[in-house]
Amino acid sequence: MEIVGQLQKQYVEFSTSLYREGFLDEQFIQLQKLQDESNPDFVVEVVSIFFEDSEKLINDLATAIQQQVVDFKQVDAHVHQFKGSSSSIGANRVKNMCIALRSFCDEKNLDGCLRCLQQVKHEYFLVKNKLETLFRGISHLKENIDSFFSFLIHHFFRRKK
Amino acid sequence: MSALVVDDDKVVRRMHGKLLTQLGFETNAVENGQEAVDLFTSGESYDFVFMDMEMPIMDGTEATQKLREMGVKSTIVGVTSCNQEAEKQAFVEAGLYACLEKPLTRDAISSLLEQVAKK
Repeated sequence: MEIVGQLQKQYVEFSTSLYREGFLDEQFIQLQKLQDESNPDFVVEVVSIFFEDSEKLINDLATAIQQQVVDFKQVDAHVHQFKGSSSSIGANRVKNMCIALRSFCDEKNLDGCLRCLQQVKHEYFLVKNKLETLFRGISHLKENIDSFFSFLIHHFFRRKK
Repeated sequence: MSALVVDDDKVVRRMHGKLLTQLGFETNAVENGQEAVDLFTSGESYDFVFMDMEMPIMDGTEATQKLREMGVKSTIVGVTSCNQEAEKQAFVEAGLYACLEKPLTRDAISSLLEQVAKK
């Protein structure tokens, strides 16, 4: 049981740090509230969709910005979509970088767009890493809780015999 | 009550769909305004339509206009994170009941339902 307590404490500390450091905002809590018995893996499912779509968007953005003649309207459309999905799951720092990138698009500032895109990518891969660590932590905690209860049940029935 | 989520973003469709389901709606989702118009043209109807503003193929403003021209009486609610007032105004004038900020929240939808009930 001690290991479960330790894992719980680590999970809470890590989870709190994600909000404190601005990686996640209140919207991630709203996402968690959508998880219920009918969709017990809803958070992981939605975040997986976010990862898949984001990596495609990052590639599309890089391609669009590297064109001979940059179509800033197209770049803006991609950034708008990325901002929307990052905002929906509470990926706060990614959202804020997308807002900054949109400003450079409005100004048709290619150098600014290029620099900002690197920062968008950096923030995205940071939060992806953090969320994957969070989900591994939850999985590890669940496994230990399950093991503990299996042990209890087994021990209880052995004693009853 | 039934609701149609119209948004080109899969994350948003999934989250808004789930939120509306938890609030008691029977929910469907499509990717753009054209698909929403096609659904209504085929005879389907929804009490509420949650319409994103910026979408490829057919955006929310055009889709809302077309639905109203077809005589659709559903409560069409715009959902956008856009801060361009002129564009939002055009969206509202196309025939929205209200325009809410994206992402949708439980409070925003509950507030909307109260307003609609008083209508």
